[in-house]
This record gives sequence, structure tokens and C-alpha cells, in this order.
Amino acid sequence: MNLLLQFFILIPFLGFVISLLIPKDKETILSRAAFTSVGIHFVSFQIFLIYWFWNGHPVLNLKEIVLFKTSGYEFLVDFYFDGITAVYLFVGSLLTFLVTTYSRYYLHRETGYKRFFNTILFFYFGYTITIFAGNFETLFMGWEILGISSFLLIAFYRDRYLPVKNAVKVFSIYRIGDVGLILAMWMSHHLWHENITFLKMSNYELVNDQLLTHSWIGIFISVMILISAMAKSAQLPFSSWLPRAMEGPTPSSAIFYGSLSVHMGVFLLLRTFPFWEHQLSVRILIVAIGLLTSFMATGMARVQSSIKSQIAYASIAQIGLIFIEVAAGWWWLALFHFAGNAFLRTYQLLVSPSVVTYQIREQFYNFIPRKATVEDSLPKKIEYSIYMLCLKEWNLDAFMYKYLWNPVKWAGKKLGYLTTERVLIFFIPAYIAGIVLLYFENLIPVWMHEQLPVIFSLIGLMMVLKAFTERTHARMSWILVILNHFWVALSISFNEHFEYSHTILYLSGIAVFGMLGYFCLRRLKLLEGTIDLDQFHGHVFKHPKIALVFLLACLGVSGFPITPTFVGEDLIFTHIHEDQVLLALFTSLSFIIDGLAIIRIYARVFLGPHVKSVYEMAYRSS
Amino acid sequence: MKVKNTTFAVGDVIHDLKHYLPAQAPLKDFIHHNTLHAFQDLYFFDGLRKASEIFGYKVSLTLDEYRERYASGQIRNEVLEQRIVERKGEANLTKWKEILLKKEYANLPLPRIGGLRSNWKKLYRIDLDSLVHPLLFRILCSYLDQGISIWNFPVSNKGLIGSIKEMERTSFSSFFKTKYAKNLLVQGNYSIESLLKVLVGDEQLYEQYLYDQQFAHQGWSGMISTVEDQPQTLLDRKEVTLHDLITFELLLEIDALDSLFGEGKWLPLGNKLKNKPTPLFEEVIVTEYHEVVLLWQEAFEWSYYDEVFSGLQQVQATNGRHVEKTFQAMFCIDDRECSLRRHLEITDPNCETLSAPGFFGVEFFFQPEHGKFYTKLCPAPVTPKFLIKESDTTSSREKDAHFTKHSHSLFRGWFITQTLGFWSALKLLINIFKPSMGPAVSYSFRHMDKNSRLTIENKNLDDRENDLQIGFTTDEMATRVEGLLKSIGLVKNFASLVYVMGHGSSSVNNPHYAAYDCGACSGRAGSVNSRVFCHMANLPVVREILRTRGIDIPDTTRFVGGLHDTTRDEVVFFDEASISESELSNHKENIEVFQKALDENAKERSRRFESIDTNLTAHQIHDHILTRSVSLFEPRPELNHATNSLCIIGRRELTKHIFLDRRSFLNSYDYRIDPDGKILFGVMKPVGPVCGGINLEYFFSRVDNQKLGAGTKLPHNVMGLFGVANGIDGDLRPGLPSQMIEVHDPVRLMVIVEHFPDVVLNVIQTAPDMYEWFINEWVHLCSINPETKEISYFKRGTFVDYHTFKNKVEVIADITPILEEHTENLPVYILQ
Repeated sequence: MNLLLQFFILIPFLGFVISLLIPKDKETILSRAAFTSVGIHFVSFQIFLIYWFWNGHPVLNLKEIVLFKTSGYEFLVDFYFDGITAVYLFVGSLLTFLVTTYSRYYLHRETGYKRFFNTILFFYFGYTITIFAGNFETLFMGWEILGISSFLLIAFYRDRYLPVKNAVKVFSIYRIGDVGLILAMWMSHHLWHENITFLKMSNYELVNDQLLTHSWIGIFISVMILISAMAKSAQLPFSSWLPRAMEGPTPSSAIFYGSLSVHMGVFLLLRTFPFWEHQLSVRILIVAIGLLTSFMATGMARVQSSIKSQIAYASIAQIGLIFIEVAAGWWWLALFHFAGNAFLRTYQLLVSPSVVTYQIREQFYNFIPRKATVEDSLPKKIEYSIYMLCLKEWNLDAFMYKYLWNPVKWAGKKLGYLTTERVLIFFIPAYIAGIVLLYFENLIPVWMHEQLPVIFSLIGLMMVLKAFTERTHARMSWILVILNHFWVALSISFNEHFEYSHTILYLSGIAVFGMLGYFCLRRLKLLEGTIDLDQFHGHVFKHPKIALVFLLACLGVSGFPITPTFVGEDLIFTHIHEDQVLLALFTSLSFIIDGLAIIRIYARVFLGPHVKSVYEMAYRSS
Repeated sequence: MKVKNTTFAVGDVIHDLKHYLPAQAPLKDFIHHNTLHAFQDLYFFDGLRKASEIFGYKVSLTLDEYRERYASGQIRNEVLEQRIVERKGEANLTKWKEILLKKEYANLPLPRIGGLRSNWKKLYRIDLDSLVHPLLFRILCSYLDQGISIWNFPVSNKGLIGSIKEMERTSFSSFFKTKYAKNLLVQGNYSIESLLKVLVGDEQLYEQYLYDQQFAHQGWSGMISTVEDQPQTLLDRKEVTLHDLITFELLLEIDALDSLFGEGKWLPLGNKLKNKPTPLFEEVIVTEYHEVVLLWQEAFEWSYYDEVFSGLQQVQATNGRHVEKTFQAMFCIDDRECSLRRHLEITDPNCETLSAPGFFGVEFFFQPEHGKFYTKLCPAPVTPKFLIKESDTTSSREKDAHFTKHSHSLFRGWFITQTLGFWSALKLLINIFKPSMGPAVSYSFRHMDKNSRLTIENKNLDDRENDLQIGFTTDEMATRVEGLLKSIGLVKNFASLVYVMGHGSSSVNNPHYAAYDCGACSGRAGSVNSRVFCHMANLPVVREILRTRGIDIPDTTRFVGGLHDTTRDEVVFFDEASISESELSNHKENIEVFQKALDENAKERSRRFESIDTNLTAHQIHDHILTRSVSLFEPRPELNHATNSLCIIGRRELTKHIFLDRRSFLNSYDYRIDPDGKILFGVMKPVGPVCGGINLEYFFSRVDNQKLGAGTKLPHNVMGLFGVANGIDGDLRPGLPSQMIEVHDPVRLMVIVEHFPDVVLNVIQTAPDMYEWFINEWVHLCSINPETKEISYFKRGTFVDYHTFKNKVEVIADITPILEEHTENLPVYILQ
């Protein structure tokens, strides 16, 4: 039965690949490919489910492929199946099946028909990987796919300003979640000295033994997992991204942000439950976050005057309750609640355009001028204050800017003196010096040897900060992003056991895709003249092919699981010791900002209203 | 050009600004109008040029699109050459033709709007719009909200700015980030001028600044402006003015600048500005590109008109032979009824069809039973003095729990998600695989209960409600019946059954549902009107009066009201119980004729629908059409007025045997009973605003779907039940969504009147507002001589003879095979 698991990963993958190959004007074939692959998936899963129940619903684990193996390190893809996966797959496959069928007609004649189905299938592929994942590494692969496909769906209307802006915004929140997961994986390597599978993690004695001696590490891992879950499930303080994600066609908003995507945080918590089950403080923290979120999100839902944002906040509030249910250990209730919430919100979003007909009619017959609400019983001063705060979403969006991005921008601006020449003049010799030092590693005094990785990773971080805040030169920004990885590689090289082959593994993808990206930008510059990063340029309008290749380059460079760099990133972290907090901090920070800088370049250069076709573009505000 | 005072007068500026803003009313009152109505006092192409350069609208197809149409033969070479010769002279033909076909133009200059305010970004490096818009839109939406939010805007009886002031004064929190702007508002010592002084400084730039500011979100500004002028378009009325919006926005802008640069630590925009931007309304110079577009557009239009004229001239009238009519059926002038009439006449060659604007000359407010409001059922500009009330209804309104707001509260939501949530999955499944009628559908037959009673006759002049007279007096009824019958030329030869068919439409998941209903009934179904009209026309006292006025309706004639659902191709008849025994069997036979014609009509319409195979039998297709109208996932329940391009005013003989592909408004009119054009005046008066409005809204939504239309409807989010926007932070999107206009060919309406040119000229000169439509060519006009069939078209104040290029249009016996094969616009055919 274990072997059957891979079948359920394979179908969405095949569907995705097939959908890529179909020409874009073949609407019927495209939709049929999507509908058939998701349909087969749904039906075969139902059969499997019966078979599985018949056999006493055992927990299944399939150790699939070892992607990379070296002394003390093994990167393996592992699949896992239990009740949680079953429920998530049931809900996911049913909804995806229904929504792809729905979209066959709904998207008829829409430019981007093919892109839509490609992305949906890609998303679904990511979704299956995530819920079938048997260890953190596999889960992370799915997680990354979910992130990028979300970005592409929110920016589906890529020649308008707001979708692109919001897509970047959502991506940046997701990125925080990603790093939470990376850090959790990092620490868990040190805790278990292996890439632990979820199956092993559910072994109470094993976990308990480890945590007794490493309680702080345990809490660190749990908190990182929690941050990741909060970001993905739009819990406070990240909530404001969810309503802003409603920029794509209604069915995609319904399925992703109404149901599947937004419940992935819950999934992560359910999946890692055995790990933090005995950490009371973590459980209390989750309850507190869930509780706070549900109350505040309910307040925000109550004041929303647009239908989609109302549904979004109402859904967040319910997910807050689900967090509480998970923390309380009522995971069957949580699963039940998840399914109900997912179905309800998907349906409510799909029928949201009907609200005008329905509510206007209701109002026509039942109108009561100024219906009294609970809040009317509050003192005016309190009522007004809370109302205004809810309408302003408790300044959550501003909060994100103020405490997350503004410091980054501030730091980047401090590096304003860096120009292309200066980067080359100073940092290339510095890098060579670094390599020389590495070569004569044995001659360096111990204290210096300890500091060097931190210094180099800090330089890498500076590079990427500069890349993120660069306003004029797209190529300069791109080069800085690439260089960052080289500094990271150099800094880790000073830690023991890091072999050259590891460096090559890590840098190979970066180098190849880095060059590819560079050539795309160069080509575009030749065709279009200057390309700055001060505004969106929308070059995808005239150069869709370059845009596609560049997107691939972005994925490659940001450690997406299409290059060895993906394994390399994980490997890098295993070489950071648990006491090298600064090194871990700098490296993880540079990974977050690196991803952001890359997506920023892509968005600014290729997406948004096309600067040269003003008369064919929508207003910026629409 | 208006003479601009050098000093800034805020009242005048706002007055003019309102004129240019989109005038679309809230969704439930969606009424088509000329999107560029502000430019209607100019010659069509001059208005377009100005609108384009000032506001950045795209006002024509692209040159590539014209050239493709030329290559495919849709734009005919001889017409193109004729247009060039007429405008540029014979000598320049080759030169201009070369330009039209080959020349490429570099990017057009940037529009003037937004030029001044773009300096915030250029000179201050601040993105003022993204700092101000999201909060501003959310406050506006919450303030105007009609019933989405659960917790309403806490203060609402003091106007927009007054309510915000009240909240700012009392609350701990604030919409503002800094003190200065908040204090200005709370203390009340501000005016638009004083705020502009802080922001802009230079008085000469004030006006342009306000245009830039308001046109950065013309959707919201337009909505506020419309609600200010017509507060009754919101059921839950809101007091709001554009003045308030501008004031509040200026305060928010000062606040944003203060919070970024420090209070008072920045200079007004005017002080930093080195080069002044081009004044908005400075003359727009005609370039070669404008001329090229003009020539192409005219060639495109006349290629089509020419074909229509040839068809009209070629048809042989079959009058003279008088046969007993089985029934007469009167429809709305709507272009969607044109094919149903044809199918009725084919199914039963002895019937006669007629058409009049779908409110059938009876204007009133309607109050459904248990309704808390009145609904206006007549053309938008008319304000009726009458009220018709419904009683004794038998049907009840169904509810759908999925729209309950309880699912958004925390604890009830907890329960609802885990119960109703699972029902949703099942419901979605059913809705996808077996769509069916439900409470969320906007269904035209629900507009009025078929079996209810209406207060049509006024019992007593004191019987009034809210200043409206309940029902009509006998005299008022007679006047209305007489007016309508004379306008369509139905004054004798009445059949024993005269059906008066209003129309409406049905759709689901469609915020623009009102745009699909009858425009002459203010975006509602025409059922009440048809029923009211028939009741009047059946009253013996009314008929008595009519006889004295020259209309003798035989006692055996019965008027029967009905409603045609243009989406579902269904009909319903009202008050059938009052049909006499002897006529009942005829009526039953007629119903079958209707059913057959409706099936055929469904088949004809289905050629445009990708999801329906047009080769199936008419009956099978009709079933698909019914399903389609209730499918959640179908963004095109019907195509509404798409492809409309003609308005023919004349007898049915003129058009009966001609296939016009549902592109024409048809208004019955008989020149013989109106030699001096007195009646024609009434007939033609609404043609500009109603038919021209529809045509131009389609025109502009088609050529610039992004700025003048609503863009694709797929990502639309319903805002406060009155508008749609993309996402949650977007501007409102007035205009038509792309799904409604994609098959539309942007050609202006050609009005063809069957009368003598001098009479038509007299008629249009009677009213200046009507004359404006024609003299400025926002709609074309021509007359067809009823005796000789010569065509003359109206140009620069006179009628000029027109000779068609195409002498023959194809004559065919049966259109069905052509319908089964083609999805594109079809040429004109003569039907044998």
C-alpha cells in the first residue's frame, strides 16, 4: 500500500506537465487536461480511501528517493499518509476538481486561460507534496511551490498595478513563513542529527527523551514552526495579506485563499503536533494567538463593506479557532472544522457576485433604517475607536511595513554609496582574499577563524540588502543577489566538514541560473533601453518569452526545487552549529531578503502596467 | 471652450468636474448612457480627440484591428476610397490610402490628466496615491454601504465630512496619522481653498490639481457625484457630496505628507515645480493619426450601413393583400426582440408584430406587496406622478442560508462552518453538474407575481401616497393608450388577440443584472408595464374615449400582457383568466406558436455560445439555454445589446424580410397617419438618450475596456452592493465588463426613419437637445423615402442623397444553415 502513495503525487505532476505542452488557444483540451487529471486524482483517491479504511487505516510511510547523501547527512524525499493527509486530500481534491470544472466555462476567452490552468495544477501539485510529505525537507518543497504559485495567481492580471503589488506583498509574508521553516529544519538537524521523518517524530519516547535534555531547542523549533504556520494561515500579525490576495479570478481566490492555501498553517501544526504536544508553553502560545486572531478578525469582518474581504476575515477568525482546537489536542474536531470552513468559504466566494441580487432584494422587502448592532450598546467613544481601528485593520498593514520592511529599506539605503564599480573594486578583491584565507585556513588564529563566517555572511547580507533597495540598475541588483550566495558559501566553508563538492552543489544552480537571468536582463536592455527598478514596467506585455525564461532563472536562483541549490541550501544550514546564532541569523535573513529582491526584480521589470502602452492599460488605482 | 476665470472658484470647478466624471448609478439602477456625455456638445471626432488626449481614453480600435477588418473584407475598399475622396479629395487618394494601410505611429503622447500630481513622485519621491487611496476607498465604501457590513458606519446622519468629524472628535483612535490635519478637521477651520494652499500653493494650479486628484479614482468620485445628485438610487439613502470627498481627500494627503516629512516640513507642490504642465483644457491639436483613425472609423461604419441600405431598398413590400390576422404581438424596440419577431412571423405567417419602447407609454412607480420602496418603471429621465401597488401575491421569497451574515460571526460561525459548510460542498457539486433555479438568481418572472392584483385604476383623486396618485384616471389612461397606439401606427385592423410583451432577463452571479433588463423601464423587467397597459386598453370606458379620438378597437379584441425573458427565451402571459371562452382556443394555439418561435430564437442565439452546439434541434438547444441562465459559472448568460448598430423607425414591411442579425432597434411607426411628423417627434425623442446611449456605452466599453469599461468581470469584488472593484483596494469600475462587449463591433448607431427628409429635418430641429445628437454625429441619421425608397443622410444640417455601392445583397431561403456554421457577425440577407 505504501507504494501507492507516489501515484498520488505523480498524477498532479503529469497533469501539470501536460498542461504546459498544450498550445494556449486550445481551451477545450487545456481545460480537459486539468479536469481529467484532477478528476482521476479525486476518484482514485476515493477508491484508495476505502481500501485504506478496509485495511484498518494504518499510517503509511514511503521512503522515496535519497537525493543527496554524504557523511552524516542525507537528503531524502519521504511520503507519509495518515488521517490528516486523508482529510486534507479529500477536501483538496474535491474542491480542486469542482473549481477546475467551474473554471472551464468561467474563464472562457480570458487572456491567460492556459496560464490559469497551469498555475492551478502547479498549485495542486505543491499541495499534494505538502500534505503527503514525510519529513520537513519534502514538506518544504511543496511549501515553496505553494508560495510561488500563489504569487502567480494573485498577479494573474499582471498588467494591472494592484494585483502585482499585492502579489509581492503576499509573497513577502510567505517568505517569512519559509524562513521559519528553514530555521526549524536547521535546529531539528542538530536535535536529531538527521533529517527526521514525521513518522519518527510521532514516537513519544524518542521525542520526549530528546526534549528533556534540549528543552530550549525544542521551544525554538516549535516557535519557528508556529511562525511559519501563522504566516501561511494569516494569523495575527500577518492577517492583512489574505483579503489582499483576492486579486485573481474569483474561482482561484475561492479555492486558494478561501480554502486550501490558507489552511496550510493548520496542516503544519497538525503534522508537527507530536513534537510540541508536551511543550505546554507552546500550546498556550498557540491558543493565545488563535484567540486573539479570532476576536480581532471577527471585528474586522464585521466592518468590511466589500464581500470578499468580509469572507476573508471571517475565515481567518475561524482558522484562529482551529488553531485553538489543534493546540487543545482535539485534532479530529480541527479537521472537521477545517473541512467545513474550506467548503463554506469556497462556496461563499464563488457565489459572491450574486450578493447584489440577493441582498438588494432582501433589503427591498425587509429594510430597517440603521439596524442596531451589539456595538451600539458601547459608550460612543469606545464604539467609534474600535470601529475606526477595525476599519484600519488595526494598522496591521502599516505594522508590517514599519517593523519588517522599513528597517530593511533603511539598512539598504545606508548602503547607498555602493555603485557597480565600487562593488567590483572592493568586493572582488575581498572575496579573493577570503578564498585565500580559506586555503590557508590552518594558519589563521582560532579567534579569527570563529569570526570569519559571521563577517562573510554579514557581507553577503549587505549585498542582498543593497539588491533589495536598488532603485535604478536592475542588473546590478541581480548581480548582488548572485554574489550574496557566493559569500554565504564562503562563510560556511570555514565551518568543518564542508567540502568543496558541497560548495559546488550549492553554487551550481545559482551560477547557471544567475547567468541565464543576467542575459535576459541584458537582452531586454538592448531592446527597450534603460530598465530601472523604481516602478513597474510591465515588459511581459511585449516580451512574454524573455519574461518566462527570467522567471525560471529567478526560481533557480532563489533555491526553488528545480536545481541542486535547493539541497544545497538545506545542507548549508546543517553546517551552521546550534551555537552560531549570529551566523544563522544573518544567513536566514539574507535568504528572506534574497527571495524578496529576486521577486522584486521580476515584478518591477516584467509585471505591472506596460510603461510604453499607456492607452491600453487600466488606471493604476483600478 | 469655456472662458476660465483667472481666480479659482471652487463651486464652479466642482460643477464642471462632476460633468466629466462617470455618471453611472449604483448597480441596481444600471442604465446605459453615453460614457463620454461630457463631450457631446462637440462634433463626435473632436470630442473623442479631446477626451483621449486629456483623460487618456482609448477612443477607437487600434490601427491593426482596422487593417485586419480591411483585409477580411469587413471594411470594403470602395467605401474606404469614397471616405478618403470625400474628406481629402480625389487627388490625395493614393497618398492617404498608403498612409491608412501602411504607416505606423510611434507611441501617443502621455495624457494630460495626472501630469501635475505625478510631480509628487518625481520631486518628492512619495507615492501619495498608495498612501491615501486604500483608506479613503474603505471609508467611502463603508459610509455608503448598503448592506454588506454587519457593523455599519457609526455616524451617518451628518454627511460624509460631518460624520467623520464627529468620530474624530470623540474617538481614541483616528484615521489620521498626524495631528495637524486632524486638528484642522476637528476645529473646522478649513476650506478647499485653504487646504489647496497648503498642498499646492499656486492658485493657478488648483483646478488642475483637483481634476488630477479626482481622476486618479474616477470610479469612486463618479459614484459620489451620482449619489449626490440622485440620492434615491440608494435604498439606504446616504448624504454625501463631492465637495466633502475632495475636502477629506485633501486632508488625508496633507496627513500623508506630514507623516512622511514631518509636520509643515515640506513645501507646497507649486513651489517646487519648475515647468508647469499643459493646462488640461488647452486646445488639442489635430494630428495625422487622428485623421487616420477618423477615416478608418467612417469606412468601417459605412461599409456596414451601405449593406443595410442596399438590403432595405431591395426588399419588395408585400402589402395590398389583406389577410385576417391570427394575432398581433407588440414588443419592446430592443434589438434582442428583433429575431423573436422574425421567428414568430415565420412560424405563423398570419400574425403581425409591432414594437414600441418597452414601458408601453405608461409611466409610474411600482410597489410590490411587502416592498418597502417604490421602483420606477419608465425611462430614466421621466419622473412619474403615479403609483401602482401590488396585492394578493401568492408566491413567497426563498432564502439562501449561504448569504447569511451569521456565518461571519465568531461563535455562530463556528457552528455554521461545521454544518452548513458541508452542505455547501454538496450544493457546489449540484450547481456545477446540474444548475437549477434558486434564490440567488435574478429571475425576470419574479419581478411581479403573475397572480397578484394591481391598483391600476384611480378610484378617487385624493387617493394619494407620498405625493403620488394611486392609479390612473380614465382620461389619463385613454391618453396613454391613444399615444402609444398612434405612435406605432396601430389604429385599425386589430386582431382579436393583441399581445403586449415586456421583456426582462435572468442571470446569476451577475452584479450587472440590471443592465440586462429593459432600459425603457429603468433597468427592470417590463411585466408590470405590459399588464398595466393591457388593463387600460381593455377597459370599455377607455375604448369609448378612444373611439372619439379616431381609434376604434372592436369589442372582440383583447389585449393580453406578457413578459419575454430574453436570457431564457421563456414567455409568461398575464390575466389569462379574462380571455373569453371563444378566444381561449386561439390563445392556446398562439402559445404554441410562441413556444416554437422561442425554441428557434434560442437556436439562433446559441451560435454565439461556445458551450452550445448549434447543430442540435431547436428544442434541445432551448434546454441548454435554460441551464445556462442559472449556471453560476457562466459569465455570459446572454449577450445583451452587443452588436447593436441600427435603429429603424418605420413600418414592419420595411424590415420584415431582411435578416439584420439582432443588430437593430425596431420602432413601429406609420408615416401615413403622421404626415407632418407630430407623432414622429415623440417617437424620436428617446432615440438619442436610450438607443444612442446604449450604443455609445457599448462603443466605448469596447474600444477602451480598461478605462471606459469595467475590465474582465472575473476578479470583480462587490463593494457595498452598489459597485464593483478589482480586489479590495481598487477603484470602482463603471462601464461594461469585457464579457458583455467582446463581440461588439464599435460602430455608431444609424437611425433610419421611414419618412420624407424634410419632415424628419423639421422634427429634429424642434428640440435642441435632440438635435445635438444628430448634428454632432454621436448617432447617424438618415431617412428612407416611403415611396421611392431613396436614402438621404443627415450631414452638417441638411439631408444629402446617398447611393449604395452594393446593389445586391444575397437572397436566401433559409437562414438556419448559415446560423449553424458561423459565430461572427453576419452580413445582411434578404429572406424569401
